[in-house]
Amino acid sequence: MDKVYPSAGAALVGVLRDDMLIAAGGFGLCGVPELLIAAIRDSGVRGLTFASNNAGVDGFGLGLLLETRQIRKMISSYVGENAEFMRQYLSGELELEFNPQGTLAERMRAGGAGIPGFYTATGVGTVIAEGKEHKEFDGRMHILERGIVADLAIVKAWRADPSGNLVFRKTARNFNVPAATCGRICVAEVEEIVPLGSLDPDMIHLPGIYVHRVVQGLHEKRIEHRTVRKREGV
Amino acid sequence: MWDRNRIAARAAQELQDGTYVNLGIGIPTLVSNHIPPGVSVTLQSENGMLGMGPFPYEGEEDPDLINAGKQTITELPQTAYFDSAQSFAMIRGGKIAMAILGAMEVSEQGDLANWMIPGKLVKGMGGAMDLVAGVGRVVVVMDHTSKHGESKVLRACTLPLTGKGVVDRIITNLGVLDVVPGGLRIVELADGVSEADLRAATEATILG
Repeated sequence: MDKVYPSAGAALVGVLRDDMLIAAGGFGLCGVPELLIAAIRDSGVRGLTFASNNAGVDGFGLGLLLETRQIRKMISSYVGENAEFMRQYLSGELELEFNPQGTLAERMRAGGAGIPGFYTATGVGTVIAEGKEHKEFDGRMHILERGIVADLAIVKAWRADPSGNLVFRKTARNFNVPAATCGRICVAEVEEIVPLGSLDPDMIHLPGIYVHRVVQGLHEKRIEHRTVRKREGV
Repeated sequence: MWDRNRIAARAAQELQDGTYVNLGIGIPTLVSNHIPPGVSVTLQSENGMLGMGPFPYEGEEDPDLINAGKQTITELPQTAYFDSAQSFAMIRGGKIAMAILGAMEVSEQGDLANWMIPGKLVKGMGGAMDLVAGVGRVVVVMDHTSKHGESKVLRACTLPLTGKGVVDRIITNLGVLDVVPGGLRIVELADGVSEADLRAATEATILG
């Protein structure tokens, strides 16, 4: 089975439509599907809801789609780095649903695993719990959270084989795995596509069953906060 | 009075040898500079890493290797990487012994507010709600009062909560307080701070 497409634009043909729900991988700017985001911008599709831990920064990541007003709603845990996001949110142009980070990850994981809801103690006694079913287990209160099934998942991995098996690198794995699993269709962009048989089957991070289309491309991989230490004795 | 580094050094004394710990952003990050000799802890970064190392040397930054504050970091020989669902499974599942977090307000019931100022600041809770609900012990490090001199250790929080009844210990520039039934108990006073000073700067009920 060959799932390889020649470009990010080609890999999205036939899967984009207005007002769809897209789950996106990435944490901050680390491991974000930057090529697919740019291709979504170029497609002109609008009214999008994104389930994504963050909303990018001005000019990179999902910040690109905020600039073009293609996003109607964000489901995120932290959006602190984006001035355009703040402006649109405070002026009421953009809808925002805050989810605790682990709840968002588990909502994706659960959705992809056929679990429509789960109980968690996270957020009990806070605004997050308002309007949600409460239930006590073993003397502790929990709230019901829903699994997310997205119309489309876009993710970024390090390596893929043509069958869609994915390997990630360091902390760039983050939300890419749960996001990929919760998409009815998952498109993955990677830095390298390697021949079938060259990935160790014991070292696959995400089996190809979750990945429908793969595209290889050059990534900018922007660093959000460059922090370093001095070499001693230099 | 303790400065930021002294607060962090005091918080580092909370670390138990052989445990897994999550440090928040700000003063909590400084705690890793003060881990006592003979104490070995593994730092979890909730974006998907156990065994967080120091900042990289200049020129060795890796965009694929960041901490939860989105800062470039390094790995250690015992490092393991995993996805966000796995990361919060270990947090929610109680595998992380302790979290050290900053705060805007703490109440005498152990309520914590550290994620939102209505109408002013819209950033999000990140992983803080999951951490305070899931880890074994929550230690808060912060300045005891606001820039305007108002107590941040309150009878009840005024800001939206991160968690209800979740804080175990509060370490500030004025000292150390424990959350106990009925209010707070003084554990320790910072250098040059009297009990009267601490009480005067605290709106919450201090027992004894």
